[in-house]
Amino acid sequence: MKRHLLSAADLDSDDALLVLDTAEEMRQLADRPIKKLPALRGRTVVNLFFEDSTRTRISFEAAAKRLSADVINFSAKGSSVSKGESLKDTALTLEAMGADGVVIRHSGSGAPHRLANSGWIRGCVINAGDGTHEHPTQALLDAFTMRRHLGELDGRRVTIVGDVLHSRVARSNVLLLATLGAQVTLVAPPTLLPVGVETWPCETSYELDGPLPKSDAVMMLRVQQERMNAAFFPTQREYSRRYGLDARRMGTLPDHAIVMHPGPMNRGMEISATVADSARSVIVEQVANGVSVRMAVLYLLLGGSEPALSATGEPAVATASAPESVPA
Amino acid sequence: MTPASNPDPSTWDPLNRRPVDRQPGDHHRARGQDPATTCSVLDRADVGRALTRIAHEILERNKGPADLLLLGIPSRGVPLARRLAARIADVESAVPVGALDVTMYRDDLRLRPARPLEPTDIPAGGIDDRVVVLVDDVLYSGRTIRAALDAIGDLGRPRAVQLAVLVDRGHRELPIRADFVGKNLPTSQLETVRVHLDEVDGDDAVLIESPAVASGAGGRSERDTR
Repeated sequence: MKRHLLSAADLDSDDALLVLDTAEEMRQLADRPIKKLPALRGRTVVNLFFEDSTRTRISFEAAAKRLSADVINFSAKGSSVSKGESLKDTALTLEAMGADGVVIRHSGSGAPHRLANSGWIRGCVINAGDGTHEHPTQALLDAFTMRRHLGELDGRRVTIVGDVLHSRVARSNVLLLATLGAQVTLVAPPTLLPVGVETWPCETSYELDGPLPKSDAVMMLRVQQERMNAAFFPTQREYSRRYGLDARRMGTLPDHAIVMHPGPMNRGMEISATVADSARSVIVEQVANGVSVRMAVLYLLLGGSEPALSATGEPAVATASAPESVPA
Repeated sequence: MTPASNPDPSTWDPLNRRPVDRQPGDHHRARGQDPATTCSVLDRADVGRALTRIAHEILERNKGPADLLLLGIPSRGVPLARRLAARIADVESAVPVGALDVTMYRDDLRLRPARPLEPTDIPAGGIDDRVVVLVDDVLYSGRTIRAALDAIGDLGRPRAVQLAVLVDRGHRELPIRADFVGKNLPTSQLETVRVHLDEVDGDDAVLIESPAVASGAGGRSERDTR
Protein backbone atom coordinates (compact mmCIF):
# COMPACT_ATOMS: atom_id res chain seq x y z
CA MET A 1 0.00 0.00 0.00
CA LYS A 2 0.98 3.59 -0.44
CA ARG A 3 1.44 5.93 2.49
CA HIS A 4 -1.90 7.61 2.04
CA LEU A 5 -5.37 6.41 1.15
CA LEU A 6 -6.80 9.21 -0.96
CA SER A 7 -8.66 7.33 -3.66
CA ALA A 8 -9.98 3.83 -4.19
CA ALA A 9 -7.78 3.90 -7.29
CA ASP A 10 -4.70 3.90 -5.01
CA LEU A 11 -5.42 0.25 -4.28
CA ASP A 12 -4.54 -2.51 -6.71
CA SER A 13 -6.35 -5.78 -6.29
CA ASP A 14 -3.66 -7.27 -4.00
CA ASP A 15 -3.84 -4.22 -1.71
CA ALA A 16 -7.62 -4.27 -1.67
CA LEU A 17 -7.73 -7.96 -0.80
CA LEU A 18 -5.10 -7.41 1.89
CA VAL A 19 -7.32 -4.75 3.48
CA LEU A 20 -10.38 -7.00 3.26
CA ASP A 21 -8.53 -10.02 4.70
CA THR A 22 -7.09 -7.89 7.50
CA ALA A 23 -10.56 -6.52 8.20
CA GLU A 24 -11.80 -10.10 8.50
CA GLU A 25 -9.31 -10.67 11.35
CA MET A 26 -10.22 -7.33 12.94
CA ARG A 27 -13.88 -8.29 12.89
CA GLN A 28 -13.26 -11.11 15.38
CA LEU A 29 -12.39 -8.49 17.95
CA ALA A 30 -16.07 -7.59 18.29
CA ASP A 31 -16.72 -11.00 19.90
CA ARG A 32 -14.00 -10.71 22.50
CA PRO A 33 -14.28 -9.56 26.10
CA ILE A 34 -11.48 -6.99 25.64
CA LYS A 35 -12.04 -5.14 22.38
CA LYS A 36 -8.56 -3.73 22.18
CA LEU A 37 -5.36 -4.46 20.29
CA PRO A 38 -2.02 -2.82 21.06
CA ALA A 39 -0.92 -2.29 17.44
CA LEU A 40 -1.05 1.53 17.39
CA ARG A 41 -0.01 2.25 20.99
CA GLY A 42 1.55 5.69 21.18
CA ARG A 43 0.37 6.77 17.75
CA THR A 44 -1.84 9.81 17.39
CA VAL A 45 -4.73 9.86 14.93
CA VAL A 46 -6.50 13.14 14.24
CA ASN A 47 -10.05 13.11 12.93
CA LEU A 48 -10.21 16.30 10.91
CA PHE A 49 -13.85 16.83 9.99
CA PHE A 50 -14.71 19.98 8.09
CA GLU A 51 -18.09 18.54 7.14
CA ASP A 52 -20.82 16.97 9.23
CA SER A 53 -20.68 13.24 9.75
CA THR A 54 -22.05 10.77 12.22
CA ARG A 55 -21.09 7.27 11.27
CA THR A 56 -17.79 7.92 9.53
CA ARG A 57 -16.32 9.97 12.36
CA ILE A 58 -17.56 7.64 15.08
CA SER A 59 -16.38 4.67 13.05
CA PHE A 60 -12.86 6.04 12.62
CA GLU A 61 -12.75 7.02 16.27
CA ALA A 62 -13.80 3.55 17.41
CA ALA A 63 -11.35 1.94 14.99
CA ALA A 64 -8.39 4.01 16.18
CA LYS A 65 -9.28 3.49 19.84
CA ARG A 66 -9.61 -0.27 19.44
CA LEU A 67 -6.08 -0.25 18.06
CA SER A 68 -4.94 1.73 21.14
CA ALA A 69 -4.12 4.93 19.26
CA ASP A 70 -4.66 8.33 20.83
CA VAL A 71 -7.50 10.06 19.05
CA ILE A 72 -7.98 13.80 18.67
CA ASN A 73 -11.32 14.84 17.25
CA PHE A 74 -11.47 18.07 15.36
CA SER A 75 -14.60 19.47 13.83
CA ALA A 76 -14.80 22.74 11.97
CA LYS A 77 -17.69 23.93 14.09
CA GLY A 78 -16.43 25.41 17.31
CA SER A 79 -12.81 25.55 16.11
CA SER A 80 -10.67 28.31 14.68
CA VAL A 81 -11.86 27.32 11.21
CA SER A 82 -15.05 29.21 11.97
CA LYS A 83 -12.79 32.24 12.60
CA GLY A 84 -11.37 31.84 9.11
CA GLU A 85 -8.29 29.67 9.66
CA SER A 86 -7.02 28.09 6.44
CA LEU A 87 -6.52 24.39 5.78
CA LYS A 88 -2.78 25.01 5.71
CA ASP A 89 -2.64 26.65 9.14
CA THR A 90 -4.86 23.95 10.60
CA ALA A 91 -2.54 21.33 9.10
CA LEU A 92 0.58 23.01 10.51
CA THR A 93 -1.06 23.03 13.94
CA LEU A 94 -1.73 19.31 13.68
CA GLU A 95 1.85 18.67 12.57
CA ALA A 96 3.14 20.60 15.55
CA MET A 97 1.06 18.32 17.78
CA GLY A 98 2.65 15.27 16.20
CA ALA A 99 -0.18 13.62 14.31
CA ASP A 100 0.84 10.25 12.86
CA GLY A 101 -2.34 9.86 10.89
CA VAL A 102 -4.90 12.39 9.72
CA VAL A 103 -8.40 11.32 8.77
CA ILE A 104 -9.92 14.16 6.78
CA ARG A 105 -13.40 14.94 5.57
CA HIS A 106 -13.80 18.13 3.61
CA SER A 107 -16.42 19.67 1.36
CA GLY A 108 -13.76 20.54 -1.20
CA SER A 109 -12.91 17.76 -3.66
CA GLY A 110 -9.15 17.24 -3.52
CA ALA A 111 -8.57 18.65 -0.02
CA PRO A 112 -7.04 15.35 1.22
CA HIS A 113 -4.77 15.27 -1.83
CA ARG A 114 -3.60 18.80 -1.02
CA LEU A 115 -2.99 17.84 2.59
CA ALA A 116 -1.01 14.74 1.62
CA ASN A 117 1.13 16.27 -1.08
CA SER A 118 1.77 19.77 0.19
CA GLY A 119 4.49 18.90 2.69
CA TRP A 120 2.50 20.50 5.50
CA ILE A 121 2.29 17.31 7.48
CA ARG A 122 4.32 14.12 7.69
CA GLY A 123 1.62 11.72 8.81
CA CYS A 124 -0.49 9.40 6.70
CA VAL A 125 -3.59 10.98 5.22
CA ILE A 126 -6.82 9.01 4.94
CA ASN A 127 -9.63 10.44 2.86
CA ALA A 128 -12.91 10.15 4.74
CA GLY A 129 -14.89 11.86 1.98
CA ASP A 130 -13.96 14.93 -0.02
CA GLY A 131 -16.70 16.89 -1.74
CA THR A 132 -18.17 14.93 -4.61
CA HIS A 133 -14.88 13.15 -5.29
CA GLU A 134 -14.15 9.99 -3.28
CA HIS A 135 -14.79 8.07 -0.07
CA PRO A 136 -12.47 5.08 -0.29
CA THR A 137 -13.08 3.52 3.14
CA GLN A 138 -16.82 3.45 2.41
CA ALA A 139 -16.09 1.53 -0.79
CA LEU A 140 -13.88 -0.87 1.17
CA LEU A 141 -16.55 -1.53 3.78
CA ASP A 142 -19.15 -2.01 1.04
CA ALA A 143 -16.88 -4.51 -0.70
CA PHE A 144 -16.23 -6.21 2.66
CA THR A 145 -19.97 -6.50 3.33
CA MET A 146 -20.64 -7.87 -0.17
CA ARG A 147 -17.81 -10.36 0.17
CA ARG A 148 -19.21 -11.69 3.43
CA HIS A 149 -22.58 -12.34 1.78
CA LEU A 150 -21.62 -13.19 -1.79
CA GLY A 151 -18.11 -14.61 -1.59
CA GLU A 152 -15.39 -13.33 -3.90
CA LEU A 153 -16.59 -10.40 -5.99
CA ASP A 154 -14.99 -11.42 -9.28
CA GLY A 155 -17.80 -11.58 -11.85
CA ARG A 156 -20.51 -10.40 -9.44
CA ARG A 157 -23.00 -7.77 -10.64
CA VAL A 158 -23.54 -4.67 -8.54
CA THR A 159 -26.14 -2.02 -9.34
CA ILE A 160 -25.64 1.45 -7.89
CA VAL A 161 -28.75 3.61 -8.04
CA GLY A 162 -29.45 7.29 -7.55
CA ASP A 163 -27.59 10.55 -7.21
CA VAL A 164 -24.32 9.44 -8.84
CA LEU A 165 -23.43 13.03 -9.75
CA HIS A 166 -22.94 14.15 -6.16
CA SER A 167 -21.89 10.80 -4.77
CA ARG A 168 -18.32 10.21 -3.67
CA VAL A 169 -19.49 6.79 -2.51
CA ALA A 170 -20.47 5.80 -6.06
CA ARG A 171 -17.16 7.01 -7.50
CA SER A 172 -15.05 5.07 -5.03
CA ASN A 173 -17.25 2.00 -5.32
CA VAL A 174 -17.02 1.91 -9.11
CA LEU A 175 -13.22 2.11 -8.97
CA LEU A 176 -12.79 -0.47 -6.21
CA LEU A 177 -15.36 -2.93 -7.53
CA ALA A 178 -13.79 -2.76 -10.99
CA THR A 179 -10.41 -3.51 -9.39
CA LEU A 180 -11.96 -6.51 -7.67
CA GLY A 181 -13.48 -7.77 -10.92
CA ALA A 182 -17.16 -7.01 -10.28
CA GLN A 183 -19.43 -5.60 -13.00
CA VAL A 184 -21.03 -2.34 -11.96
CA THR A 185 -24.11 -0.74 -13.46
CA LEU A 186 -24.93 2.85 -12.53
CA VAL A 187 -28.63 3.73 -12.67
CA ALA A 188 -29.68 7.38 -12.52
CA PRO A 189 -31.66 9.99 -14.39
CA PRO A 190 -29.52 11.62 -17.10
CA THR A 191 -29.27 14.80 -15.03
CA LEU A 192 -27.67 12.94 -12.13
CA LEU A 193 -24.94 11.17 -14.10
CA PRO A 194 -21.65 13.10 -14.19
CA VAL A 195 -20.00 14.30 -17.37
CA GLY A 196 -17.44 11.74 -18.46
CA VAL A 197 -19.18 8.77 -16.84
CA GLU A 198 -18.67 6.85 -20.09
CA THR A 199 -14.95 6.69 -19.27
CA TRP A 200 -15.60 4.98 -15.90
CA PRO A 201 -15.15 1.21 -15.74
CA CYS A 202 -18.89 0.51 -15.56
CA GLU A 203 -22.15 0.46 -17.49
CA THR A 204 -24.93 3.00 -17.14
CA SER A 205 -28.69 2.81 -17.42
CA TYR A 206 -31.50 5.34 -17.15
CA GLU A 207 -34.02 2.83 -15.83
CA LEU A 208 -33.96 0.57 -12.81
CA ASP A 209 -36.21 -2.38 -13.62
CA GLY A 210 -33.89 -3.87 -16.27
CA PRO A 211 -30.72 -4.40 -14.22
CA LEU A 212 -32.41 -5.54 -10.97
CA PRO A 213 -33.12 -9.22 -11.83
CA LYS A 214 -29.43 -9.73 -12.70
CA SER A 215 -28.01 -7.95 -9.63
CA ASP A 216 -26.18 -9.68 -6.79
CA ALA A 217 -26.19 -6.46 -4.79
CA VAL A 218 -28.06 -3.22 -5.20
CA MET A 219 -26.77 -0.07 -3.56
CA MET A 220 -29.13 2.87 -3.14
CA LEU A 221 -27.55 6.33 -2.92
CA ARG A 222 -28.89 9.23 -0.93
CA VAL A 223 -30.32 12.10 -2.92
CA GLN A 224 -28.00 14.87 -1.74
CA GLN A 225 -30.35 17.82 -1.54
CA GLU A 226 -27.72 19.93 0.20
CA ARG A 227 -25.45 19.80 -2.84
CA MET A 228 -28.22 20.42 -5.37
CA ASN A 229 -28.31 23.97 -6.68
CA ALA A 230 -30.59 23.26 -9.63
CA ALA A 231 -33.64 21.20 -10.51
CA PHE A 232 -32.29 17.77 -11.35
CA PHE A 233 -35.67 16.05 -11.41
CA PRO A 234 -39.24 17.35 -11.54
CA THR A 235 -40.60 16.18 -8.20
CA GLN A 236 -39.52 13.94 -5.35
CA ARG A 237 -42.51 11.75 -6.04
CA GLU A 238 -41.49 11.20 -9.64
CA TYR A 239 -37.91 10.40 -8.63
CA SER A 240 -39.14 7.97 -6.01
CA ARG A 241 -41.40 6.16 -8.48
CA ARG A 242 -38.74 5.82 -11.16
CA TYR A 243 -35.60 5.30 -9.08
CA GLY A 244 -36.75 4.36 -5.58
CA LEU A 245 -36.43 0.80 -4.29
CA ASP A 246 -39.76 -0.42 -2.96
CA ALA A 247 -41.06 -3.86 -2.03
CA ARG A 248 -42.26 -4.63 -5.57
CA ARG A 249 -38.87 -3.87 -7.12
CA MET A 250 -37.07 -5.75 -4.35
CA GLY A 251 -39.19 -8.77 -5.30
CA THR A 252 -37.55 -8.87 -8.75
CA LEU A 253 -34.07 -9.34 -7.24
CA PRO A 254 -32.49 -12.81 -7.18
CA ASP A 255 -33.00 -14.64 -3.87
CA HIS A 256 -29.40 -14.20 -2.70
CA ALA A 257 -29.18 -10.48 -3.55
CA ILE A 258 -28.55 -7.91 -0.82
CA VAL A 259 -29.71 -4.31 -0.47
CA MET A 260 -27.20 -1.69 0.65
CA HIS A 261 -27.23 2.00 1.49
CA PRO A 262 -24.27 4.09 2.69
CA GLY A 263 -26.56 6.18 4.95
CA PRO A 264 -28.00 8.46 6.00
CA MET A 265 -31.22 7.26 4.36
CA ASN A 266 -34.12 9.32 3.10
CA ARG A 267 -36.82 6.77 3.87
CA GLY A 268 -39.63 7.00 1.35
CA MET A 269 -37.42 8.77 -1.17
CA GLU A 270 -34.71 6.48 -2.61
CA ILE A 271 -35.62 3.52 -0.41
CA SER A 272 -38.92 2.56 1.19
CA ALA A 273 -39.09 1.76 4.88
CA THR A 274 -40.23 -1.80 4.09
CA VAL A 275 -37.06 -2.42 2.09
CA ALA A 276 -34.74 -0.67 4.55
CA ASP A 277 -36.00 -2.86 7.39
CA SER A 278 -36.25 -6.10 5.41
CA ALA A 279 -34.11 -9.19 5.88
CA ARG A 280 -32.32 -8.41 2.60
CA SER A 281 -31.08 -5.10 3.91
CA VAL A 282 -27.51 -5.14 5.24
CA ILE A 283 -27.45 -1.44 6.05
CA VAL A 284 -26.83 -1.84 9.79
CA GLU A 285 -24.20 -4.47 9.09
CA GLN A 286 -22.41 -2.00 6.81
CA VAL A 287 -21.98 0.31 9.78
CA ALA A 288 -20.57 -2.46 11.97
CA ASN A 289 -18.21 -3.57 9.22
CA GLY A 290 -17.04 0.02 8.83
CA VAL A 291 -15.16 -0.20 12.13
CA SER A 292 -13.35 -3.41 11.11
CA VAL A 293 -12.39 -2.06 7.70
CA ARG A 294 -11.11 1.23 9.14
CA MET A 295 -9.10 -0.69 11.73
CA ALA A 296 -7.52 -2.62 8.87
CA VAL A 297 -6.67 0.56 6.96
CA LEU A 298 -5.24 2.28 10.05
CA TYR A 299 -3.19 -0.80 10.95
CA LEU A 300 -1.77 -1.23 7.45
CA LEU A 301 -0.89 2.46 7.11
CA LEU A 302 0.32 3.18 10.64
CA GLY A 303 1.13 -0.18 12.20
CA GLY A 304 4.63 -0.66 10.82
CA SER A 305 7.70 1.38 10.17
CA GLU A 306 7.62 4.32 7.82
CA PRO A 307 10.25 3.61 5.19
CA ALA A 308 9.67 6.79 3.24
CA LEU A 309 10.39 8.91 6.28
CA SER A 310 13.40 7.02 7.55
CA ALA A 311 14.87 6.86 4.05
CA THR A 312 14.62 10.51 3.15
CA GLY A 313 14.35 12.25 6.49
CA GLU A 314 11.95 14.58 4.75
CA PRO A 315 8.18 14.90 4.70
CA ALA A 316 6.41 12.54 2.38
CA VAL A 317 6.03 15.23 -0.26
CA ALA A 318 9.24 14.24 -2.02
CA THR A 319 8.19 10.66 -2.53
CA ALA A 320 4.46 11.04 -2.77
CA SER A 321 4.30 9.81 -6.34
CA ALA A 322 6.62 6.85 -5.82
CA PRO A 323 5.09 3.55 -4.76
CA GLU A 324 6.11 2.49 -1.31
CA SER A 325 7.84 -0.75 -0.64
CA VAL A 326 5.25 -1.87 1.87
CA PRO A 327 4.49 -5.42 0.81
CA ALA A 328 1.09 -6.37 -0.38
CA MET B 1 18.21 -15.00 -14.23
CA THR B 2 15.83 -12.76 -12.40
CA PRO B 3 12.58 -14.66 -12.00
CA ALA B 4 9.82 -13.07 -14.00
CA SER B 5 7.39 -13.76 -11.20
CA ASN B 6 8.45 -10.77 -9.13
CA PRO B 7 7.09 -7.66 -10.83
CA ASP B 8 7.66 -5.22 -7.99
CA PRO B 9 10.99 -3.47 -8.40
CA SER B 10 10.85 -1.97 -4.93
CA THR B 11 11.29 -5.36 -3.28
CA TRP B 12 13.74 -6.70 -5.78
CA ASP B 13 17.40 -5.85 -5.98
CA PRO B 14 18.66 -6.72 -9.45
CA LEU B 15 22.30 -6.60 -8.35
CA ASN B 16 22.01 -9.17 -5.63
CA ARG B 17 19.28 -11.08 -7.41
CA ARG B 18 17.61 -11.99 -4.19
CA PRO B 19 14.69 -10.60 -2.27
CA VAL B 20 15.77 -7.55 -0.34
CA ASP B 21 12.82 -7.24 1.93
CA ARG B 22 12.23 -10.52 3.63
CA GLN B 23 8.98 -11.09 5.42
CA PRO B 24 8.06 -13.36 8.28
CA GLY B 25 6.81 -16.61 6.93
CA ASP B 26 9.06 -16.32 3.90
CA HIS B 27 11.60 -18.69 5.32
CA HIS B 28 12.11 -20.20 1.96
CA ARG B 29 12.35 -17.33 -0.42
CA ALA B 30 16.10 -17.43 -0.30
CA ARG B 31 16.29 -21.15 -0.92
CA GLY B 32 17.23 -20.60 -4.54
CA GLN B 33 20.59 -19.11 -3.64
CA ASP B 34 23.57 -21.26 -2.75
CA PRO B 35 23.00 -22.51 0.75
CA ALA B 36 26.32 -22.59 2.44
CA THR B 37 25.85 -25.84 4.32
CA THR B 38 22.54 -27.38 5.22
CA CYS B 39 22.29 -30.39 7.47
CA SER B 40 19.19 -32.25 8.46
CA VAL B 41 18.78 -32.66 12.22
CA LEU B 42 15.40 -34.38 12.38
CA ASP B 43 13.79 -36.34 9.57
CA ARG B 44 10.15 -37.28 9.10
CA ALA B 45 10.26 -40.20 11.55
CA ASP B 46 12.08 -38.11 14.18
CA VAL B 47 9.50 -35.31 13.96
CA GLY B 48 6.68 -37.85 14.30
CA ARG B 49 8.27 -39.49 17.34
CA ALA B 50 8.95 -36.15 19.01
CA LEU B 51 5.30 -35.09 18.57
CA THR B 52 4.03 -38.42 19.91
CA ARG B 53 6.21 -38.06 23.00
CA ILE B 54 5.11 -34.44 23.54
CA ALA B 55 1.45 -35.50 23.26
CA HIS B 56 1.99 -38.11 25.97
CA GLU B 57 3.91 -35.65 28.14
CA ILE B 58 1.09 -33.10 27.87
CA LEU B 59 -1.42 -35.74 29.00
CA GLU B 60 0.86 -36.93 31.77
CA ARG B 61 1.59 -33.45 33.13
CA ASN B 62 -2.09 -32.45 33.07
CA LYS B 63 -3.43 -35.80 34.25
CA GLY B 64 -5.57 -36.28 31.16
CA PRO B 65 -7.15 -34.14 28.46
CA ALA B 66 -9.78 -32.39 30.62
CA ASP B 67 -9.76 -28.58 30.19
CA LEU B 68 -6.87 -28.73 27.73
CA LEU B 69 -6.80 -26.28 24.80
CA LEU B 70 -4.03 -26.24 22.18
CA LEU B 71 -3.23 -22.93 20.47
CA GLY B 72 -0.79 -22.96 17.57
CA ILE B 73 1.16 -19.84 16.66
CA PRO B 74 1.11 -19.21 12.87
CA SER B 75 2.37 -20.26 10.62
CA ARG B 76 3.98 -23.62 11.52
CA GLY B 77 2.72 -23.81 15.07
CA VAL B 78 -0.83 -24.28 13.79
CA PRO B 79 -0.28 -27.61 11.94
CA LEU B 80 1.89 -28.78 14.85
CA ALA B 81 -0.96 -28.05 17.28
CA ARG B 82 -3.39 -29.97 15.05
CA ARG B 83 -1.05 -32.97 14.94
CA LEU B 84 -0.63 -32.93 18.72
CA ALA B 85 -4.41 -32.73 19.13
CA ALA B 86 -4.84 -35.72 16.79
CA ARG B 87 -2.32 -37.76 18.81
CA ILE B 88 -3.98 -36.78 22.10
CA ALA B 89 -7.36 -37.84 20.62
CA ASP B 90 -5.83 -41.21 19.65
CA VAL B 91 -4.57 -41.84 23.17
CA GLU B 92 -7.43 -40.41 25.23
CA SER B 93 -10.12 -38.02 23.96
CA ALA B 94 -10.39 -35.02 21.65
CA VAL B 95 -9.21 -31.59 22.80
CA PRO B 96 -10.07 -28.26 21.17
CA VAL B 97 -7.37 -26.75 18.99
CA GLY B 98 -7.04 -23.24 17.56
CA ALA B 99 -4.67 -20.64 16.22
CA LEU B 100 -3.36 -17.46 17.84
CA ASP B 101 -1.77 -14.77 15.70
CA VAL B 102 0.54 -12.55 17.73
CA THR B 103 1.59 -10.06 15.02
CA MET B 104 -0.01 -7.04 16.65
CA TYR B 105 1.56 -7.86 20.03
CA ARG B 106 5.15 -8.10 18.75
CA ASP B 107 7.74 -5.74 20.18
CA ASP B 108 9.30 -5.17 16.74
CA LEU B 109 6.06 -4.16 15.03
CA ARG B 110 7.39 -0.68 14.29
CA LEU B 111 10.78 -1.74 13.09
CA ARG B 112 9.42 -3.13 9.84
CA PRO B 113 6.60 -2.34 7.41
CA ALA B 114 3.15 -3.37 8.54
CA ARG B 115 2.75 -7.11 8.25
CA PRO B 116 -0.28 -9.05 7.06
CA LEU B 117 -2.16 -10.73 9.88
CA GLU B 118 -2.45 -14.50 10.12
CA PRO B 119 -5.76 -16.11 11.04
CA THR B 120 -6.67 -16.28 14.70
CA ASP B 121 -9.15 -18.98 15.61
CA ILE B 122 -10.19 -19.35 19.23
CA PRO B 123 -12.39 -22.44 19.78
CA ALA B 124 -15.92 -21.79 21.00
CA GLY B 125 -16.05 -21.60 24.76
CA GLY B 126 -13.00 -19.37 24.96
CA ILE B 127 -9.90 -19.86 27.07
CA ASP B 128 -11.22 -18.96 30.51
CA ASP B 129 -10.26 -21.53 33.20
CA ARG B 130 -8.69 -23.83 30.65
CA VAL B 131 -5.11 -25.07 30.47
CA VAL B 132 -3.77 -23.44 27.32
CA VAL B 133 -0.84 -25.16 25.62
CA LEU B 134 0.89 -22.80 23.20
CA VAL B 135 2.52 -24.63 20.30
CA ASP B 136 5.29 -23.23 18.08
CA ASP B 137 7.96 -24.67 15.83
CA VAL B 138 11.18 -23.03 17.10
CA LEU B 139 11.86 -21.42 20.48
CA TYR B 140 14.68 -18.88 20.13
CA SER B 141 14.67 -15.40 21.67
CA GLY B 142 11.36 -16.00 23.46
CA ARG B 143 9.89 -12.78 22.09
CA THR B 144 7.13 -14.52 20.15
CA ILE B 145 6.00 -16.29 23.30
CA ARG B 146 6.06 -13.01 25.23
CA ALA B 147 3.76 -11.57 22.56
CA ALA B 148 1.53 -14.65 22.75
CA LEU B 149 1.22 -14.33 26.54
CA ASP B 150 0.07 -10.72 26.11
CA ALA B 151 -2.42 -11.79 23.44
CA ILE B 152 -3.79 -14.47 25.77
CA GLY B 153 -4.22 -11.86 28.49
CA ASP B 154 -6.58 -9.96 26.20
CA LEU B 155 -8.58 -13.11 25.37
CA GLY B 156 -9.39 -14.23 28.87
CA ARG B 157 -7.89 -15.82 31.96
CA PRO B 158 -6.70 -19.37 31.51
CA ARG B 159 -6.02 -21.53 34.57
CA ALA B 160 -2.49 -22.12 33.29
CA VAL B 161 -0.41 -21.59 30.17
CA GLN B 162 2.15 -24.14 29.02
CA LEU B 163 4.50 -24.11 26.05
CA ALA B 164 5.31 -26.90 23.60
CA VAL B 165 7.92 -26.44 20.87
CA LEU B 166 9.38 -28.78 18.29
CA VAL B 167 12.88 -27.28 18.58
CA ASP B 168 14.52 -25.25 21.34
CA ARG B 169 17.63 -23.67 19.88
CA GLY B 170 18.65 -21.59 22.90
CA HIS B 171 19.76 -17.92 22.91
CA ARG B 172 16.84 -16.71 25.02
CA GLU B 173 16.48 -12.96 25.44
CA LEU B 174 13.60 -13.13 27.92
CA PRO B 175 12.91 -15.26 31.02
CA ILE B 176 10.81 -17.82 29.15
CA ARG B 177 11.19 -21.61 28.96
CA ALA B 178 9.32 -24.42 27.26
CA ASP B 179 7.39 -27.11 29.15
CA PHE B 180 7.58 -29.64 26.31
CA VAL B 181 10.50 -29.78 23.86
CA GLY B 182 10.84 -32.03 20.83
CA LYS B 183 14.57 -31.52 20.44
CA ASN B 184 17.09 -29.32 22.22
CA LEU B 185 19.34 -28.02 19.48
CA PRO B 186 22.41 -26.06 20.56
CA THR B 187 23.13 -23.61 17.76
CA SER B 188 25.25 -20.63 16.90
CA GLN B 189 23.38 -17.39 16.37
CA LEU B 190 24.89 -17.29 12.88
CA GLU B 191 23.02 -20.44 11.97
CA THR B 192 19.45 -20.61 10.76
CA VAL B 193 17.05 -23.30 11.93
CA ARG B 194 14.34 -24.21 9.44
CA VAL B 195 11.37 -26.40 10.22
CA HIS B 196 9.60 -27.99 7.27
CA LEU B 197 6.13 -29.45 7.71
CA ASP B 198 4.00 -31.39 5.24
CA GLU B 199 1.10 -28.96 5.54
CA VAL B 200 3.22 -25.92 4.64
CA ASP B 201 6.35 -27.14 2.88
CA GLY B 202 5.48 -30.58 1.57
CA ASP B 203 7.96 -32.48 3.75
CA ASP B 204 8.76 -33.03 7.44
CA ALA B 205 12.27 -32.08 8.53
CA VAL B 206 14.32 -29.82 10.77
CA LEU B 207 17.35 -28.30 9.04
CA ILE B 208 20.26 -26.18 10.18
CA GLU B 209 21.83 -23.82 7.69
CA SER B 210 25.29 -22.53 8.45
CA PRO B 211 26.43 -19.38 6.72
CA ALA B 212 29.04 -19.55 3.97
CA VAL B 213 32.54 -19.19 5.42
CA ALA B 214 33.42 -16.05 3.44
CA SER B 215 30.19 -14.15 4.05
CA GLY B 216 29.81 -15.52 7.54
CA ALA B 217 28.92 -12.19 9.04
CA GLY B 218 25.75 -12.21 6.96
CA GLY B 219 22.25 -12.49 8.18
CA ARG B 220 20.86 -13.50 11.45
CA SER B 221 17.83 -15.46 10.58
CA GLU B 222 14.46 -13.79 10.66
CA ARG B 223 13.79 -15.93 13.71
CA ASP B 224 16.09 -13.63 15.62
CA THR B 225 13.45 -11.04 15.90
CA ARG B 226 10.90 -13.43 17.22
